[in-house]
Amino acid sequence: MREVAIVGIGQTPVEEHWDISLRELAAKAVLNAMDDAGAEDVDALYVGNMLSGILTNQENLGALIAECVGLSGIEAVKIEAACGSAAAAFRQAVLGVASGMIDSAVAVGVEKLTEMSGRATTHGLATASDGDYEMAIGLSFVAINALLMRRYMHEYGWEKNDFAPFVINAHRNAAHNPNAMFQNQINQEQYNLAKVVADPINLLDSSPIGDGAAAVLVVPAEDADKYDGQVITVAACEIGTDTIALDNREDPLWLKGVERSTAKAFRTAGVRHQDIDLFEVHDAFSIITALSLEACGFAEKGQALRMANDESIGLKGKLPLTTMGGLKGRGHPVGATGLYQIVEAATQLRGDAPDALQIDAPNCVMAQNIGGSGANVITSILKRRD
Amino acid sequence: MDIPRSWRLRNQRYLLEGNACTSCDKKHFPPVLVCSECKSRDLRPFTFSGKGKLYSYSTVYQAPGQFEAFVPYIVALVDLEEGPRITTQLTDISPDEVRIGMPVEKVIRKISEEGERGLILYGYKFRPPVD
Repeated sequence: MREVAIVGIGQTPVEEHWDISLRELAAKAVLNAMDDAGAEDVDALYVGNMLSGILTNQENLGALIAECVGLSGIEAVKIEAACGSAAAAFRQAVLGVASGMIDSAVAVGVEKLTEMSGRATTHGLATASDGDYEMAIGLSFVAINALLMRRYMHEYGWEKNDFAPFVINAHRNAAHNPNAMFQNQINQEQYNLAKVVADPINLLDSSPIGDGAAAVLVVPAEDADKYDGQVITVAACEIGTDTIALDNREDPLWLKGVERSTAKAFRTAGVRHQDIDLFEVHDAFSIITALSLEACGFAEKGQALRMANDESIGLKGKLPLTTMGGLKGRGHPVGATGLYQIVEAATQLRGDAPDALQIDAPNCVMAQNIGGSGANVITSILKRRD
Repeated sequence: MDIPRSWRLRNQRYLLEGNACTSCDKKHFPPVLVCSECKSRDLRPFTFSGKGKLYSYSTVYQAPGQFEAFVPYIVALVDLEEGPRITTQLTDISPDEVRIGMPVEKVIRKISEEGERGLILYGYKFRPPVD
């Protein structure tokens, strides 16, 4: 296997881009990544996307987006793993380059969630769950996560307020990220008063929907110096899965997909928990932050909320979380999110984060993207090149 | 829900029919093709009693399209007596009366309707036991 490097990164701001089409959003991110690398051509394009068929009446995104960026003719396909689609597309790019079958690949994640009404979007997002046995009986995606949060509070005796620091931290970081959807900080009182969506999850526990695209260009590490962009090493990108429905899990509060994906990634990268300088966690809901920290091994079972304070997760903390705002503050354009995380992690390693957000000389960073409520988990570990 | 899907799932939605592994006797709902415990593909139909205990619940205020008319409604995970956990709605109870661990039982109720001239779909919900 060849070592793989990221030589170009690109993104659009996460917003309600009513004036920009799905294909243009994707093309902007792809072209930004290619420009960053100084590349005019690539061998392959992998498009991460969840809902283009339902919300934009558009599939076959591989050929469509390749054409938009002047690369018609290359290998180009869409990869789908619900909210984990973008990191799954990244995995394809890494596999292709590592294997030697492809010498350069762009992975782009793109999602347009504001093309239709909120009602259609809520319906679309629910398709990440079991269509026969969850969605068909009235469970929204939020409701599924609410069932987890309620049980977690019951089993371990936490109060709802205890989750607030994760959310406050994400918003505080997003306020300094020009590409983030939310530029406003929030406080405990606003968290307490936020409208309930599916009890106990309120609006501020949930990541906001938005439109956006993010992309990276990967090449064999041995070729990386032929490109302009500052080189980042891909130490691991690994996938682990779990049952799609919560009810089929022996212990729904233990995300086995997260555990499997993290263990594989740590093994591939040859790293341990203490080596991770920051963690772009999949904070789609506050409860998922907590359960992820536990299944990753950063916290004991039931005790992740002990990390909900600045000394643990702030930018100067032991394990900074969601350093660019996370899903909560940057926004969650579902099938694009995993590549936003990877672009942000690479930006931190390059030392190019906004001053207020830059972690002090990170060497090894982790990004974890989850499709469904823990069903498909992709963990990436990136390193500064030695 | 589309008509073929609703028809196909009738034994699950009305009867709570799953299956049991003939090799290790693990019970499954919904029915599976391969036993998750022992990987056996030899399974027989098994109808659940519909009795169980509440594992978790949530009151939904913002619902997917065809459920908007029912808001607020309660969804839940229920541990069935025979083993599996099932995702369901609760009925005949108000949110402030619901408690984790309470006994519940299956009942057939309206799940959704598709407009004035569309299908009305029925299926299982769970409620506090009626003796």
